[in-house]
Amino acid sequence: MKKSSFFQLGTAVAAAVVIGLFPGCKPKAPGQVGVGDAATKTYVAPGQYDEFYNIVSGGFNGQMSVVGLPSGRVFRIVPVFSVNPESGYGYSEESKAMLNTSFGFVPWDDLHHIALSTTKGEHDGRWAFGNANNTPRVARVDLTTFETTEIIELPNSGGNHSSPFITENSEYVVASSRFSVPIGTDAQRDVPINTYKENFKGTVSFISVDTEGGMKLAFQLVAPPVNFDLARSGKGKSHGWFFFSCYNTEAAYSLLEVNASQKDKDYIMALNWKKAEEYIKEGKGTMTKARYAHNKMDHHSFTATSTILEEVLQLDPSVLKDIIYFIPCPKSPHGCDVDPSGEYIVGSGKLAAQIPVFSFTKLMKAIEDKDFEGDYAGHPVVRYESALHGIVEKPGLGPLHTEFDGKGNAYTSMFVSSEVVKWDIATLQVLDRIPTYYSVGHICIPGGPTAKPHGKYLIAYNKITKDRYLPTGPELCHAAQLYDISGDKMKLLLDFPTIGEPHYAEALPASLIKDKQVTFYKLEENTHPYAAKGEGEAKVVRKGKEIHVYMTSIRSHFSPDNIEGVKIGDEVYFHVTNLEQDWDVPHGFAIRGAKTAETLIMPGATQTLKWVPERVGVVPFYCTDFCSALHQEMQGYIRISPANSNVELKYSLGETSPQ
Amino acid sequence: MKKLLPTSRIAIAIASLLLAITFFTPVWYIWMWAPQYPEGLSLYIWLNNITGDVDIINGLNHYIGMKHIKVEMFPEFEVMPAIVGGIMAFGLLTALVGRRWLLWAFLLTFIAIGIAGMVDFWMWGYDYGHNLDPTAAIKVPGMAYQPPLIGSKELLNFIAYSAPDIGGWMFISTGLLTVSALVFDIVRNKR
Repeated sequence: MKKSSFFQLGTAVAAAVVIGLFPGCKPKAPGQVGVGDAATKTYVAPGQYDEFYNIVSGGFNGQMSVVGLPSGRVFRIVPVFSVNPESGYGYSEESKAMLNTSFGFVPWDDLHHIALSTTKGEHDGRWAFGNANNTPRVARVDLTTFETTEIIELPNSGGNHSSPFITENSEYVVASSRFSVPIGTDAQRDVPINTYKENFKGTVSFISVDTEGGMKLAFQLVAPPVNFDLARSGKGKSHGWFFFSCYNTEAAYSLLEVNASQKDKDYIMALNWKKAEEYIKEGKGTMTKARYAHNKMDHHSFTATSTILEEVLQLDPSVLKDIIYFIPCPKSPHGCDVDPSGEYIVGSGKLAAQIPVFSFTKLMKAIEDKDFEGDYAGHPVVRYESALHGIVEKPGLGPLHTEFDGKGNAYTSMFVSSEVVKWDIATLQVLDRIPTYYSVGHICIPGGPTAKPHGKYLIAYNKITKDRYLPTGPELCHAAQLYDISGDKMKLLLDFPTIGEPHYAEALPASLIKDKQVTFYKLEENTHPYAAKGEGEAKVVRKGKEIHVYMTSIRSHFSPDNIEGVKIGDEVYFHVTNLEQDWDVPHGFAIRGAKTAETLIMPGATQTLKWVPERVGVVPFYCTDFCSALHQEMQGYIRISPANSNVELKYSLGETSPQ
Repeated sequence: MKKLLPTSRIAIAIASLLLAITFFTPVWYIWMWAPQYPEGLSLYIWLNNITGDVDIINGLNHYIGMKHIKVEMFPEFEVMPAIVGGIMAFGLLTALVGRRWLLWAFLLTFIAIGIAGMVDFWMWGYDYGHNLDPTAAIKVPGMAYQPPLIGSKELLNFIAYSAPDIGGWMFISTGLLTVSALVFDIVRNKR
């Protein structure tokens, strides 16, 4: 009896404990969303083309990548602000000038945003512009060659984040400063940091673009020292206006994560650039001393030139009225996006729990009625409610950036809640939401920022990948997700790693540029001063200590391929002309001990590799691009003699010693 | 004075000794999940320490102005081991003396301390979730971040879940075993 009673007590207690030990109510982490027939929707069969080109910023790699959609395949990396040893960009004698600045040669930058050229607000497939965030510059990439063709530096800018954004007909590419700095003379710039409010200025630079794409710093507006974050041009009815998100209206200069996050509302700055043009016509601008580089690549000589410019036309909107107006926008807005009609301006306060949408019509009326609630640094602040179309309530957390599908819907990335939220522009109702993996920054819809979006796909560019791919040590890849947005519900189709750290990207129909591609350069149009347009022109010339090798390359030999009479103390310039006149036959050139890189020469082009020999001996050089079945035979030798030697300068191809 | 049955006395001794485990295992844990943290983040509360992803959680919570979690913010940690040691000693004394009134006294003390502990934990959670730095970057109107006392709760982009860990289950077991011993003793003596 006693034994069984003890047993009873024991089982009762044990049962209670065991039941309790299973915490059955622990919530499950939401799993993967179903992908259904996604594979077939992103499958581009061998030999087939993708539907869209996706031009993706590389962030801290200073490059752009060219990706196909919907496959996510990477076609090319275009070096823009960073040297690229693979092609010799920034290393070859011809391309060095592209990376020249008022600070000298700068081999790296941080490329955040892409702006594709537009005509009547629609993509026209001519150029892609990109910004250098660190040493402020804007670059233009030619979409017929996918090469960086022009770079212009921006004076009086502390950091070029809010850039590049383009007007409806590519009249201007606009670039504004993220970091305000004191500008002007040395004395005006050498000021205590704590005089930020009085002495620091933001600048908004308008770069005009001519029909050939040529960029010119047309004028610069001197603005209050806010941090400009992102911007969009007006279009359609709002053409002539530009909208900028502004944070740090607190004018903080230290611990910004706290001190620039205090106000409930920062601003969107509305800028009437037609008005600015009027003032310029009236001669109201001031030519101000500045120093900035303007670099252009010539596609006949394949040579870049860098010009240092000395002045910029500045406008002071605190004196020249009616150019800028501020609209209150909750908290620290990041995205500032204009819908395809040009009527709605979406402000994405990254610390706000709602998305305000402003109406251009209401804004114009408020400005006309002088319906202002105060001023900011001497500029009118439009009454918030008067400019407001409405608010998207509880969209998610950390709204960053909005794109449009052309069917009346907007899509906003939510960094903190890691999702994309679809909402109706007219009713402001949230329609759908879908997770991203993880912490999405910018999103891209082909044509999304234009008057004519192709609302078929949406790509989310993420900041964190964590557990999504096979891990590669502490540094993991960045990644994108491709969603099908053609239906009512967004569907995840593809998850793919990206190059560098993409911020913004744009995409356009392949048909706009596919058939305009340059396949090779015509030799007869080659104006390079050291070009050898045939093997008969190949030669080696001594000019004092400089040795100029006029070299040709064709499958599968260099001419000349034997060179003697070069001495220690000489500088050797290999000017290599690729004689091929066919598509997809580049040749490379590399020589042992070169302290730069290889150079890659497109058919019909000439590129120069400078080499300073330091050791006596015979040094091989070879073709680095697998050009033909006899690529491994494509090589040569250069003999280096002591400084005081008497070896005669000579060169040859195919000569053998007399037997 | 009623004497306790030997079975009850053994059960009480076991119940007291179970608490020894709480010195070597976490008592409570809080688990948090967010989209960016698919693996989840954990906090383990011990008798005299707090461990787990404390630094990561502190890093995240500073955006919304929550205090940094550190051992010094819990004066409880200095007295908890002594209190639990005291409970164990009381329990063993009860088993040794074997009087019904002492068992009552032990049980009521134990329950009182348990309630006090939970109230204390709730009060810390309230302060942690409500007493926010007014200069925090992210302020969501009407939002407080008090972690759940037990069970799960959505806090911005996080789902937080709070539950007893092994040590906590030991406390629960001690309580259940002590109650069972008392009930058993009363029922048996009535027959």
